[in-house]
Amino acid sequence: MEDYEVVIGLEVHAELSTKTKIFCSCPTTFGAEPNTQVCPICMGMPGTLPVLNEKVVEYAVKAGLATNCEITRNSKNDRKNYFYPDLPKAYQISQFDKPLCEHGYVEIETDDGKKKIGLTRIHIEEDAGKLNHDEFGGGSLVDLNRAGVPLIEIVSEPDLRSVEEVDLYLKKLKSILEYIEVSDCKMQEGSFRADVNVSVRKKGDTKFGTRTEMKNMNSFRSITRAIEYEASRQIDVLEDGGEVEQESLRWDEVSGKTFSMRNKEDAEDYRYFPDPDLVGIHLSDEYIQNIKDNLPELPESRKERYLNEYNLSQKDARIITSSKYLSDLFEQAIKICNNPKAVSNWIISDISRILNEKEMEPNEIPFTSKELAELVSLIDKGTISSSIGKKVLEELFENPRNPEEIIKEKGWIQISDEGAIKEVVIKVLEANPQSVADYKAGKDKALGFLVGQAMKETKGKANPKMLNEMFLKEING
Amino acid sequence: MDITELTVHELQEKIRNKELTVTEITKAYVDRIKEKENDVKAFVTTLEKEALEKAKEVEENADFEKETLAGIPIGIKDNICTKGVKTTCSSKMLENFVSPYDATVMDKINEEKMINLGKLNMDEFAMGGSTEYSYFHKTMNPWNLNKVPGGSSGGSAAAVAANMVPWALGSDTGGSIRQPASFCGVVGLKPTYGLVSRYGLVAFASSLDQIGPITKDVTDCAMLLNVIAGHDEKDSTSVKKDKIDYTKNLKDGVKGLKIAVPKEFFGEGINEEVKEIINKAIEKYRELGATVEEVSLDIAKYALATYYIIACAEASSNLGRFDGVRYTYRTGEFKNLKELYKKSRSEGFGTEVKRRIILGTYVLSSGYYDAYYKKAQQVRTLVMKDFEEVFSKYDVILTPTSPTTAFNIGEKSNNPMEMYLADICTVSVNIAGLPAMSIPCGVDSEGMPVGMQLIGNKFDEETILKTAYAYEQSENFREKYKPQFTK
Repeated sequence: MEDYEVVIGLEVHAELSTKTKIFCSCPTTFGAEPNTQVCPICMGMPGTLPVLNEKVVEYAVKAGLATNCEITRNSKNDRKNYFYPDLPKAYQISQFDKPLCEHGYVEIETDDGKKKIGLTRIHIEEDAGKLNHDEFGGGSLVDLNRAGVPLIEIVSEPDLRSVEEVDLYLKKLKSILEYIEVSDCKMQEGSFRADVNVSVRKKGDTKFGTRTEMKNMNSFRSITRAIEYEASRQIDVLEDGGEVEQESLRWDEVSGKTFSMRNKEDAEDYRYFPDPDLVGIHLSDEYIQNIKDNLPELPESRKERYLNEYNLSQKDARIITSSKYLSDLFEQAIKICNNPKAVSNWIISDISRILNEKEMEPNEIPFTSKELAELVSLIDKGTISSSIGKKVLEELFENPRNPEEIIKEKGWIQISDEGAIKEVVIKVLEANPQSVADYKAGKDKALGFLVGQAMKETKGKANPKMLNEMFLKEING
Repeated sequence: MDITELTVHELQEKIRNKELTVTEITKAYVDRIKEKENDVKAFVTTLEKEALEKAKEVEENADFEKETLAGIPIGIKDNICTKGVKTTCSSKMLENFVSPYDATVMDKINEEKMINLGKLNMDEFAMGGSTEYSYFHKTMNPWNLNKVPGGSSGGSAAAVAANMVPWALGSDTGGSIRQPASFCGVVGLKPTYGLVSRYGLVAFASSLDQIGPITKDVTDCAMLLNVIAGHDEKDSTSVKKDKIDYTKNLKDGVKGLKIAVPKEFFGEGINEEVKEIINKAIEKYRELGATVEEVSLDIAKYALATYYIIACAEASSNLGRFDGVRYTYRTGEFKNLKELYKKSRSEGFGTEVKRRIILGTYVLSSGYYDAYYKKAQQVRTLVMKDFEEVFSKYDVILTPTSPTTAFNIGEKSNNPMEMYLADICTVSVNIAGLPAMSIPCGVDSEGMPVGMQLIGNKFDEETILKTAYAYEQSENFREKYKPQFTK
């Protein structure tokens, strides 16, 4: 296994967040009742014709510019012909030999430093519909709501060498698309999915091995697992003296294995040819320059800014900027509370942990930047302790509202009254003479125990700093 | 007075003068259809009842001073989508298909408050030159019921010739308006590619298809073109241009006009009688003051092969959607998805359609694409250039519309190669995207009409219309010859 190197290339399909479909004016909203967002055009009725949505071209060019691509001045749409019930015209309008964007790259940061992952191309195409199994009638039902939703397909060079790199690359790509606001990249809704090409070769070999392709993967976890499985399967085949067959595979999440999808004689010939119903796509230099000038700030430059302006660590800055949502949350919150370090800590540690536990995406965070900022301010002012702060955050995830309201309601306001603190301290000292003696004998740990007891007594509401000082004062006389 | 003998511009005048009502006109056509449809079989669907109801409604509501085409009946080729009325393309595949929307040309016709008399027969999916390839029935040529009306818009041309509709819409991919117009002794025009919206025309070959008028005379032709021409946002290939009134310059005459006659269109395979009649027409133009010169259009000999490659390639893709899944014919029994496709398409399409799908699939296949489709596109560019060169020196190109007059039913239907050769004079025009029309200019010894093709420069329909008009006025074909419905 150590003698081998795994080579991975990805074809990522990202749904563009245009309001209407690529060739008609139907809405693209997710989750509507089947066949309610359709018209004769996206249903492929006889006689209908496509008209290209200019926003789709604009979004794709944006994506191309944000990933260092060259933009094709004279591009076109081609038909990819095949039969399937979710494809109402029996061809998908895509791009074949003149994609809108070519020769780009995305930079990732691995443990060994920065690495450029080449992008072969980005092209625009329409999505197909969806087949739903009919539980009552047997058979399948076709839902064409998704038919004609615009996609970009981002094809990488076979530059990736490990699952870690794949993970970094996908996250980077996802964050770029989010930053430039061309895609929601919601994996669970299928708006960001990937075909994964995997091959293996002996380390030092210059020729690539035969690759297999796994289609339509829509979670980071299955992509990682599938690559790991497939690479070791291929190595086993080679070690046994066999040859890897070039084929399309299906990844089965339950068994954790890949399966052959079709045999060779069924190999598809898509008979690509220019779509005669559409005219060429001609982009002027001014058009491209204008999009370039209006590109929003990308994660890379935000990260640099966080390092310089807020003194965040490399790692923290990277984690926050990896998601446009988190990054926006950060920036908006610090505008209110003016404590970048604290906001960053909350995002990196507790918020990220809760997101992980709840398997939520950052954009699903239920509370606002204002509420987060207020939480930070309450701690800064000493109104609550940071341990109470954690409880407030949990509450914000459960039932988001003004943090000040939460602490009032729950009676979580910190005890900062000197008399009250003194009362508790004396009570604890009287109940624990042994600890006092231990402390005086040089056991510093004993102080921690006493503070803990006082916290218990006040249900965590005592100001910890004041407690500490009061204990020292009382013990040392 | 026989109402159905009148041209549309004559009908207009009689409506304006209150000599005729819209109901009287529609009634006359409904009666005429009843009388002649059994002989001619031009329709797939007739709409007698609906037409009479619409006539009544129009009569009550239209402002005939302003709405000058209100109440004028029309027939529509059955590959143009009509909301609520079957659009079958004369195919078993779409035997029960009712379009949920109207084609753009139908929107325009409906805005004019014209009255649809029915959907007209055609070769299945517009593939053919005789209307014998209709799944439903053959259409007969009104001049001789043993002969074909031409195709694929044979129903449209026959219905106009038989006075069952005053005018009709057809579609032309390689000659499908002009050749039947020629066979049936009527006027047919294929507009410049991009002049008329294709939205709602069931596609055969997208880069070649155009909808156009089939009429009794040149004036009607210009009037119907006025209705259907114009940019449509729903068709990316339709061209943005200022509206033109095509009737305006009809009477300008041909004095000083330069007409080119390409010798390649008078060679082998062109019937001697046809040549003779066309030559007489050429003489006529000289008499009328035009210059006529012989030119060479060498590339035209490659046009037929180029046409069949491009048209079939596009058709193979366009007809993929007829797959047995939704609105089409579906086979009775199938074991799996592949068999559903295979059997539905094998059973739902006719032989000629399948032949062209297979040919088109072949020329687009990887490994053959460059040799066929790509090369055909290159030749297409050369054909355009050759035409451009001729039009840099001439105003109009004159040729026969078809190498022969209408042939007998059954004569060629089993010989696809011979059927394809019948398109030899018309296909190069579609390849080059030019406007062209066919007008009748005589009859052969059997009494069958001969058509003359006038080809114009891109978007110069006006010139061919006035050229056609000048000839029509001096020869008066319609007064000299009439269909005899002989058996």
